[in-house]
Amino acid sequence: MPHSWTRQHLLDLQSLSADELVVLLDTARHFKQVGERSIKKVPALRGKTIVNLFVEPSTRTRISFELAGLRLSADIINFSAESSSFKKGESLKDTALNLEALNADFIVIRHGASGAPHFLSRFLKAHVVNAGDGAHEHPTQGLLDAFTIREKKGRIEGLNVTILGDILYSRVARSNIWALQKLGANVTLCGPPSLVPKIFEEIGCRVVWNMEEALRDADVINLLRIQHERQRATMFPSIGEYAGLFGLNQSRRHLVKPDALIMHPGPINRGVEIDNTFADGAQSVILQQVTNGLAIRMAVLFLLGGGRREEIAAAV
Amino acid sequence: MTHILLDAAGFQERLNWLAHQIAQRNVNGADVLIVGIQLGGVHLAQRLASKLSALWNRSVPYGVLDVSMHRDDLGNRATPLMRPTEIPGDLTGKTILLTDDVIFSGRTTRAALDALNDFGRPKCIQLAVMVDRGHRELPITPDFVGLPVETRVDQRVEVLFVEEAGRDEIQLV
Repeated sequence: MPHSWTRQHLLDLQSLSADELVVLLDTARHFKQVGERSIKKVPALRGKTIVNLFVEPSTRTRISFELAGLRLSADIINFSAESSSFKKGESLKDTALNLEALNADFIVIRHGASGAPHFLSRFLKAHVVNAGDGAHEHPTQGLLDAFTIREKKGRIEGLNVTILGDILYSRVARSNIWALQKLGANVTLCGPPSLVPKIFEEIGCRVVWNMEEALRDADVINLLRIQHERQRATMFPSIGEYAGLFGLNQSRRHLVKPDALIMHPGPINRGVEIDNTFADGAQSVILQQVTNGLAIRMAVLFLLGGGRREEIAAAV
Repeated sequence: MTHILLDAAGFQERLNWLAHQIAQRNVNGADVLIVGIQLGGVHLAQRLASKLSALWNRSVPYGVLDVSMHRDDLGNRATPLMRPTEIPGDLTGKTILLTDDVIFSGRTTRAALDALNDFGRPKCIQLAVMVDRGHRELPITPDFVGLPVETRVDQRVEVLFVEEAGRDEIQLV
């Protein structure tokens, strides 16, 4: 186990070690406790500036990062695509350099293009946090899902986790797969073949196309939203058919283990991927995921806020 | 070169002395809660809790406090890994006995004072340390010191506790 955190950016989970993931999850546990106190704010990032650079719209992730920053006493500004200079034709690089020129210490970026955060990290001195890039990764979502599983089940190693739905276009699925596999879970993917191609077997996942196989042994069922905005009409015939074939509803109750966790990154489409009895049922941890997301994002900002290895070496 | 400042017997004697000083100042200790600063102050908190329980003839509660979130030098070093914070109940109206193994710059103590603020408004806070090695950077003075030591800035003081190191000992490295 490392004794300190040395990474400057959080760009993906694929490149993190299992030890680093555990450090993130352990740190988040301490921040979750802070959220349960009457005074929920700590001064760790006092005087630091965080820019939420959301080039692709998002409400819950942006708000979660915003609140995480506020609870760490940082100053936060939100920069959204609709109101910004992107409309006037400024490049992402120029926008980011302008934000850094304002002495931003952290740039939290959500972008429709995979790799946008990596691109920024090549020339920015500020800490770059990936808040979702295209269909690539959504690291903080992967972390908060792992955190929630570990909190509820007491472990991740050896659990059977089924991720259900639109895997092909899902950055949430990718971040989940990397984190869960590194931490020792068995990951099964299920959904329509057009959205869950066999190619995922190459990275060690089990790919199944029928619900019975997907649900039967699952300790955790993570449902993903059908992403209409990334979808082409040819991927599946209709929402109704999807709900019938892959929706988690009462007709499939008998396939679900009574102690399986039901998870969803939100926003949920009730009646499509999940019905009310599951979404609001005792097995659902959907709202706890939201609470845990805040703790994870505080932990990420806090850990990245430490000095860089070379700067520390120079200062000693 | 390692120089042993206190062996197990000397350690025990200073610890007893520390406990008696604390007991003298807080006559019946009815409202005292001990809070050990992670990592070095935790063992001291436990040891003092058991000694003071005997002196006051009542069980003395203790908690632990991690100050990483309240330090003022986050950007100057790699982020340290956090340890648990467990404070039993509201601190309002209590006498807090804050413990740490070594006091040096005083910045850890300052962070601890800030962190305690988040748990209520104690009646008073006292500070007990096993070793005061000088070189303060803030106007902070401990109330109870087991062993004052003259040191150079580039030296290090190690306080070993039997619970972790297998023996009680204080070293100057």
